[in-house]
Amino acid sequence: MNNPIDRRTFLRLTGLSGVGVVLASALPGVARARDDDFYFLQLSDTHWGFEGAPNPDAKGTLPKTVRSINSLEQRPDFIIFTGDLTHTTDNPVERRKRLSEFKSIVSELDVKTVHFMPGEHDASLDNGKAYQEFFGKTRYTFSHKGVHFIVIDNVSDPRAQFGEEQLAWLAAELQRLPADAPIVVFAHRPLFDLVPQWDWATRDGARAVELLMPYKNVTVFYGHIHQEHHHMTGHIAHHAAKGLMFPLPAPGSQPNRTPLPWNPAEPYKGLGFRSVEADVDEKSYRITEYPVVRG
Amino acid sequence: MKMTVRLVPAGALAVLLALGVIATDVAVQAAPQAKVIKIRAKRFDYTPGNITVKKGQPVVLELTSKDVLMGLNLPDFNVRGDMIPEKVTRVRFTPDKTGTFTFVCDIFCGSRHEEMHGTITVID
Repeated sequence: MNNPIDRRTFLRLTGLSGVGVVLASALPGVARARDDDFYFLQLSDTHWGFEGAPNPDAKGTLPKTVRSINSLEQRPDFIIFTGDLTHTTDNPVERRKRLSEFKSIVSELDVKTVHFMPGEHDASLDNGKAYQEFFGKTRYTFSHKGVHFIVIDNVSDPRAQFGEEQLAWLAAELQRLPADAPIVVFAHRPLFDLVPQWDWATRDGARAVELLMPYKNVTVFYGHIHQEHHHMTGHIAHHAAKGLMFPLPAPGSQPNRTPLPWNPAEPYKGLGFRSVEADVDEKSYRITEYPVVRG
Repeated sequence: MKMTVRLVPAGALAVLLALGVIATDVAVQAAPQAKVIKIRAKRFDYTPGNITVKKGQPVVLELTSKDVLMGLNLPDFNVRGDMIPEKVTRVRFTPDKTGTFTFVCDIFCGSRHEEMHGTITVID
């Protein structure tokens, strides 16, 4: 496919015109559909197993999201879930039950490639043991059409840190790449101190950012904070995704990070998923936010 | 608390000089005595959960846990410590600003971890 397309065409192709907010990230540029361009979806913080007033449709939100994605006219190249697949439980049996149910629901996604990573709710109470039984490694890399994706784990250690061994692994992975390589990092927690008073940070996140800094084209997508948020550390853009169970307040806007109340007049408000359209030549990413239910 | 060092009598000066010790005519600011506060964590709260201290007075937090490993992180003063069952972790700081500041558990400790927080109020 060599026909250039603009945002309107892209939205038409995805069948979601007019429902999202588009943000051009990293380098500005007009998205063009070429053989090496692609798009993926980021879903985050599904918190399967949560029960409570902040989401009276706790068991229906994820299946509805799956149906919305399956109704897209153009399949994404892949989907990434950026952690907190399940809501935490102190019971290891229940934890596995939730992971199993989550896996079963998302197996209905009509997308060939789906990547996963844990959040602290999935992994911090057993160092990722149960998570790995269902989804395998908690950190890994893959490449897609010239873009290098690095999935890193700042949750399996309950101290919310990478640790020396993982930082050495990250350094070794990066060392194999040229300085201008397009690199996308997926993490659950923010790598920078967003609101440490709410535990929205990674204890040694600055060291990971330091390792990434010599690379010119790095973009980070993460979850954890249940809302869209954009931040720069130097030339590195960090984009937080909405959650799919309950939204959380704006960073630092109140003393505690309690879930926002459900609004019956606007169900699922603050929840959703995003598409990320990669322009490989421009090394840029166009982000579009979508609600749970297509209008 | 300010402690003043008195001038040494002339007769003793030679002795002190010989010992390599000299007192000058300056007032020396002694460190105020630290306030020691014991905080015990259990899933999922701190006891006490709300603390009041004075600006400028050093504080020593003696941290421990009743059940599992937890943490106390007070980012506004760059203070944190592990809270370990049957052990005491001491962290020291001197508050240099007034207000009420939140501390949180920064080691994921269970199903209500995210509700685990307390406050330190610093007064003049």
